[in-house]
Amino acid sequence: MATTETQEYTYKDFASDQEVRWCPGCGDYAILKAVQRAMPEIGVKKENIVFVSGIGCSSRFPYYMNTYGFHGIHGRAPALATGVKLANPELSVWEITGDGDALAIGGNHFIHAIRRNVDLNILLFNNKIYGLTKGQFSPTTDLGFKTKSSPQGTIDNPFNPGELVIGASGNFFARVTDTNPKLMQQIFIESAKHKGTSVVEIMQNCVIFNDKVFAPYTAKENRADHILEVRHGEPMRFGANNEKGLVLKGFKLEVATIGENGVTEDDILVHDAHEPDSTLHMMLAKLHDPIVNGVIRDVPAETFELRMQRQVEEIERTSKFKSVNDLFTSGETWEIKPH
Amino acid sequence: MGATAVQELDKVVIKFAGDSGDGMQLTGTQFTGTSALLGNDIATFPDYPAEIRAPQGTVAGVSGFQVHIGQTHIYTPGDQPDVLVAMNAAALKANINEVPRGKTIIVDTDNFKRKDWEKAGFEEDPLESGLLKDYHVIEAPITSLTRTALEGMGLDNKSITRSKNMFALGMVYWMFSRPLDYTERFLKDKFANKELIYEANVKALKAGYNYAETIEALSSAFTVLPADMEPGLYKNIMGNEATAWGFLAAAEKTGKELFLGSYPITPASDILHEISKHKHFGAKAFQAEDEIAGITSAIGAAFAGDLAITTTSGPGLALKGEALGLAVMTELPLVVVDVQRGGPSTGLPTKTEQSDLMQALYGRNGESPVIVVAAKSPAHCFDMAYTAAKLALEHVTPVVLLTDGYVANGSQPWRIKKVEDLEPIVPHEASKNMLNWQPYERDANTLARYMVYPGTPGYEHRVGGLEKDHLTGNVSYDPQNHEEMVKTREEKVQRVADYIPELEVEGAQEGELLVVGWGGTYGSLTTAVKQCEVQNRPVGHAHFSYIKPLPKNTAEVFSRFKKILVCELNNGQFVKYLRGELPQFEYLQYNKIQGLPFRVAEITREIKKILL
Ligand code: SF4
Repeated sequence: MATTETQEYTYKDFASDQEVRWCPGCGDYAILKAVQRAMPEIGVKKENIVFVSGIGCSSRFPYYMNTYGFHGIHGRAPALATGVKLANPELSVWEITGDGDALAIGGNHFIHAIRRNVDLNILLFNNKIYGLTKGQFSPTTDLGFKTKSSPQGTIDNPFNPGELVIGASGNFFARVTDTNPKLMQQIFIESAKHKGTSVVEIMQNCVIFNDKVFAPYTAKENRADHILEVRHGEPMRFGANNEKGLVLKGFKLEVATIGENGVTEDDILVHDAHEPDSTLHMMLAKLHDPIVNGVIRDVPAETFELRMQRQVEEIERTSKFKSVNDLFTSGETWEIKPH
Repeated sequence: MGATAVQELDKVVIKFAGDSGDGMQLTGTQFTGTSALLGNDIATFPDYPAEIRAPQGTVAGVSGFQVHIGQTHIYTPGDQPDVLVAMNAAALKANINEVPRGKTIIVDTDNFKRKDWEKAGFEEDPLESGLLKDYHVIEAPITSLTRTALEGMGLDNKSITRSKNMFALGMVYWMFSRPLDYTERFLKDKFANKELIYEANVKALKAGYNYAETIEALSSAFTVLPADMEPGLYKNIMGNEATAWGFLAAAEKTGKELFLGSYPITPASDILHEISKHKHFGAKAFQAEDEIAGITSAIGAAFAGDLAITTTSGPGLALKGEALGLAVMTELPLVVVDVQRGGPSTGLPTKTEQSDLMQALYGRNGESPVIVVAAKSPAHCFDMAYTAAKLALEHVTPVVLLTDGYVANGSQPWRIKKVEDLEPIVPHEASKNMLNWQPYERDANTLARYMVYPGTPGYEHRVGGLEKDHLTGNVSYDPQNHEEMVKTREEKVQRVADYIPELEVEGAQEGELLVVGWGGTYGSLTTAVKQCEVQNRPVGHAHFSYIKPLPKNTAEVFSRFKKILVCELNNGQFVKYLRGELPQFEYLQYNKIQGLPFRVAEITREIKKILL
């Protein structure tokens, strides 16, 4: 719930005095703005917000937010953020990461943070490239793509972040493009509301090393036909005239056109982000034409810190130790008398 | 006690050895606990194989526990056993070279059949070959006697055989005139829900005791009277336990919550286990996915205001290197405990060594100074853990605390401390009325920055691994600023010398020779120096618990002696450090790198060589 004080914030309250130093035209600018616009609406006081990051272009983010912030080391932000949250569960903890940071060097921390379900909001800037080190392929670079370190094209199979998140038993996954500020803002607010680890993949354009990699989806002429924006409780429809939709054929998702082959509006699947069974969410995350944007999965689940708190209370209730002094004098002791 | 005379001994060393499944660690700790309650001074050393279940009956699978009890002060688990309990042929094979002639060996003859001694690597029956002719050997069919004693209780074979360690313990209790009640209480507690197993163990214990009396195991039973110890309430404590308790005490003293981020590793895991038990003291033990997450989660917790620590051993410290550098750069209070073991690489996981000193001092990229301290005995782990927390919080810097497998797993009587009697800890935090606070503003004396934690309105700020502006903490690539910051971070650590105790010398205060050591070798060195004193060869002993920075009077102490002998369980790391820090002195060195502690005799021999 937004308190009166937090409602008085505007996005400007969240901009720090530091000069933003991403390349002109970088998708990160739009994301920063959308985050700053989302902040006044999450109902948390500025001093209780912490932005944590790893290494990479995106990881400069905390310096630009006028909140508490910690620019960490490569790949380790999930562990840093976990420490911050467990030390003070009152804080709203955000982690900013990229495809290299989260999925290559930090892959281990990423999946374990998700598995534990600490209440962290992870924003994964996926530009399918290493920007800060000037243009090597990343774990999400498309197979065969030529980069500085893959002059003949990559031979690595890429990760699909959504598949990884859901595979690691994640309870919140959303995807959005850096070209859609409204949806970004909405999704960031949704992810803040979700208790537990939430991951938002942002398809982010790196103008310098991987320009237009998402253009097949984000270019004006492609958007309507190649991006499917899902909303909980609504049929999953897209297309310039909203004429297309997803149907289930056997065990597979298929695109159908309403009015063709006897397909009616009622045949189109309705999105249920809250369904605990992740099968359909996994299919949606894996779909690449159209690519699915919006909150794909949002299932309530008990958080790590809540369980921790419960154990503490339980042991406090049952333990006979009130101070470490009681612990020290417990068990077998003996007294040496002055002589 | 029958008609047997009881003879008084000053000190005695007993080693229990058997297969790793024979329960020798438990047997040893029971003897220790009983002796401690009698008021003896004690020191123990467990020695177990790296493999959880090494092949049965082989030397590789032998697990041992050595305990030294005395009515005078003792500082080591003893060089060589006066009594060896060998539960099988392999245990004899593994230890016989350590037992001086004329001493007592108890063997379980049931495990000395041909296949047993062959498996142990003997060429002929060691009980017949004359190998033991100079020893006082007590041959007892311990396994079959246990079986007979427990007949008809309705227990399965396995449980019966498992009780044989209690039979052996009973025998040793008789030999050293120990009461059985401590172990009976222990068994009652351990087998609270297994009445039958409890009864079987107590029966075996008593059977062993009575058996020893009947055969008059020794011509006379012995006793070791209470030691002359400082008055107070005591308990027996292991090094790792003491380390954990030191941090719990520091947390309670400061009113902070304790955060431990850790990944299991031998021989440090017991600290994680101990802290995990005490969530009610606000202690959060977080078992991370790896060593790096262990330290980075702790760094996050430090940033958010907890007393943050991480525990590991050598290989883990290597993995934590980059993150430790982050704590240096962000200037956060953090304690890293390295329970050293034999290296490099996986090395000797269950053996002791002091070979991580250079890694602790320098094992990071860039100029990355941290405070380095070390614990000298199991009980001293409590003091140094507390001190490490105090230094970290007051000087706002990472601290590496070095212990080792020897002190971590060893035990010793600890004079119980009360939190209210411990030195105060004043975390260096910004006060509410500090005007224009800046993240990297420093205290004029300590150079510590003033901590402010998330949740404090009006103080929002960012820290990170990029070089910081010397005042605002904003990212700075300014060349002059970088040089200034590198020097400031070093100076901050050096100034800690103004706040730590001076180096003390035991034994001779000046003269021919100063024996120098650090950390876990204290017991061996102090005992050796005391022995030399008795033999009219006065030497001094200076033992370092503070390594970086060195105590302020170090040079002055060194200058009082003609020669300096630096003894370490490595290839010469502290001596190399001293040569760099205090090059005006000449240093002799004595190094042992066998995964084993110093023997007192090795040190005295070396001292005598030099004094000739
Ligand atoms: S290199 Fe690419 S990702 Fe990095 S700031 Fe420049 S445009 Fe953005």
